[in-house]
Amino acid sequence: MLQRIKMVAWKEFIHILRDIRSLAVVIVLPILMVVLYGYAINTDVRHLPLAIIDLDHSAPSRDLMGAFLHGEYFDVAVYSGDYAGLDAVMDRGRAVIALVIPAGYAQDLSAGRQAQVQVIADGSDSTTATTAIAYATATIQQQSAGLAAAAVLRHGTGTGIAPPVEMRQRFWYNPELKSVNFIVPGLIAVILMMLSALLTSMTVVRERERGTIEQLIVSPVMPRELIIGKLIPYILISFLDVILVIAAGRLIFNVPLNGSPGLVLALSAVFLTASLGIGLLISVSSGSQQTAMTVAMMATMLPSVLLSGFAFPVKAMPVVIQWLTSIVPARYFLTIIRSIFLKGMGIGQLWQPALFLLLFGAGILWLSSLRFKKKL
Amino acid sequence: MNWRRVMRIVKKEFIQVRRDPNLLRMIILVPVFQLMVFGYAVSTDVRNISTAVYDEDRTASSRRLQQAFTGSGYFDLDYHIHAPREADRLLDAGQAQMVLHIPRGFDELISRGQSAPLQVIFDGSDSQTSGTVAGYTRYIVQRYSSLITLDRLSRAGGGTVKLPGIEERVRVWYNPELKSVNYMVPAVLCMILLIVTMIMTSMAIVREREIGTLEQLVVTPITPGELMLGKTIPFICIGLLDMMLVLLISVYWFKVEVVGSIPLLIVMSLFFLLTSLGLGLFISTISRTQQEAMMVSFFIMLPSMMLSGFMFPIRNMPRIIQWITYAIPLRYFLVIVRGIFLKGNGLDILWPQAAALAAFGIAIIFMSATRFSKRMG
Repeated sequence: MLQRIKMVAWKEFIHILRDIRSLAVVIVLPILMVVLYGYAINTDVRHLPLAIIDLDHSAPSRDLMGAFLHGEYFDVAVYSGDYAGLDAVMDRGRAVIALVIPAGYAQDLSAGRQAQVQVIADGSDSTTATTAIAYATATIQQQSAGLAAAAVLRHGTGTGIAPPVEMRQRFWYNPELKSVNFIVPGLIAVILMMLSALLTSMTVVRERERGTIEQLIVSPVMPRELIIGKLIPYILISFLDVILVIAAGRLIFNVPLNGSPGLVLALSAVFLTASLGIGLLISVSSGSQQTAMTVAMMATMLPSVLLSGFAFPVKAMPVVIQWLTSIVPARYFLTIIRSIFLKGMGIGQLWQPALFLLLFGAGILWLSSLRFKKKL
Repeated sequence: MNWRRVMRIVKKEFIQVRRDPNLLRMIILVPVFQLMVFGYAVSTDVRNISTAVYDEDRTASSRRLQQAFTGSGYFDLDYHIHAPREADRLLDAGQAQMVLHIPRGFDELISRGQSAPLQVIFDGSDSQTSGTVAGYTRYIVQRYSSLITLDRLSRAGGGTVKLPGIEERVRVWYNPELKSVNYMVPAVLCMILLIVTMIMTSMAIVREREIGTLEQLVVTPITPGELMLGKTIPFICIGLLDMMLVLLISVYWFKVEVVGSIPLLIVMSLFFLLTSLGLGLFISTISRTQQEAMMVSFFIMLPSMMLSGFMFPIRNMPRIIQWITYAIPLRYFLVIVRGIFLKGNGLDILWPQAAALAAFGIAIIFMSATRFSKRMG
């Protein structure tokens, strides 16, 4: 049996080697994609374009503006002395948040009254908007407390007021909250998923279209030997990809690898078996190369990007969709790879997704050989 | 250009579409299914933040702070822990997204008029979510702190000093409830339209070449221009049909309101269809087999998803990448669709995007037409 598997694998290897161009594409492409998208994607909410409508033109209004520009959250995109242009600014998306300081602002403050300012947010991108609103209101609150303290001091009754609560925040696993540390491990999982399924989706159906499958049928090779034999060369090739993309993530983007590199590689092999298996199952089940390719793309591209937790947290999805995500292997691998990279977790904590991937891979391969038998 | 010949081709294409059950499935079921699943999946709302509270103080002050968190509606204080070790475990396992640590002496320091430290630990691994969570947290703590300050100040002023303050009124335009579905569902709609039209067009022509029927067409009196037109018209119809279909689902199922003009939306989607059909045609001219066509589509799809502003804001990308995004037609269409859906933008604002789409569409169609006729001649 081992002998026959080796023969099938060797034959497939020769096939792959003959088409050097495709092989080069397969090896170079993942790195290119990880580098391009890793470089491009940044979800940090910083330097948001802010419109300031200052109708008061006073020292206090300029102070408030200064408070907004103090941190790195806002950049002034538009500064205007009247309200009229605001509609156009927001409609065109030139600013995502606006601060309106009404006339009489300074007067209200010096009379010891509550001055009102208006914050207007472009809510269309709700994620950016909520963060922007939170930062804007916190800034205003802080400014307000400072003004009250100053007023008391001027009366000479206060003795310098300390802020009652001093918040110290820490971000674990990703102290500088760099989105690249989150995105790059995710990209590795998503790209491997898409590529590996595309890779194997052709193998069996190509033989069927060319008629060489009949030769295989009359040979003494068993279906499961054929499936495993076909899989082996692709596992080796994609394993090379894994090493390359992980190296790219470490060396180019400096993503910390806090856990064990050996564990990453071992679990990648498990994941590759599952995702290559999906391609193989598609290949065995489809009648033409075209169908195989279409199905492979539909089954892997959108789900592995949208349903895996790559950009949209699975926790935020409705329960029914969460169930659906459980059949997307990229989801488990994403959890695994992020946990090992950022949280430095070991197999003790990751055995659940690892076991699932293992079962999923085994199930898919078993199903493929079963479907292949029927077709014979 | 002979319109009768063009219509013949159109009719032939339609007959082919009707005969192919796979294609019909692709036209009707796939877009509907995709919108239903992905429309739900692409939520970026940060709600129900699972929080672990480590309250060493257990006083009125610490309880009031916790109430401020629950009262905001964003935080679920799911875990009350009694040792720092438990915080490690909860964060490691991803069960808690943040830990609120109120140290012993919190209340005492506050009542003595000093600064009481408060420690908050976030799971930073999902940088996007934790950025939002940190924003909320900061706001709540700031508000809590301000109330105490005011209280202290009015006592210090002996009730005689009038305290100035700033009160903010927050108004959210375009999407007052800040629901991400209103932003994402229109984008998923664009995505689906691109997938269906681009892939189908490229496949349809390459298939004829592969089967060899393209040569039969070449020896007929049909000119390449007529052939291309005849081949694309059915897909324009299919694209429009899909547009209506997904539009209906967005409005009636996902309850996303279209603020702007629907006719404008449809005209603009025609512009977009021009570009995606053009891309499909272009793919068909550079690939010999359906498999190649599929591969090339894949390389166009991926940047369209990642770099168009569909998932990640273009504003944050490095300058060079921002330039690259100008070559992605979906980028313009997303601005148009989101603008019409959410902001009610008209052509006075959207004309640059519309012009870019038109220019791109005409250029790519012209390019593929010349390549196409060369290969046929």
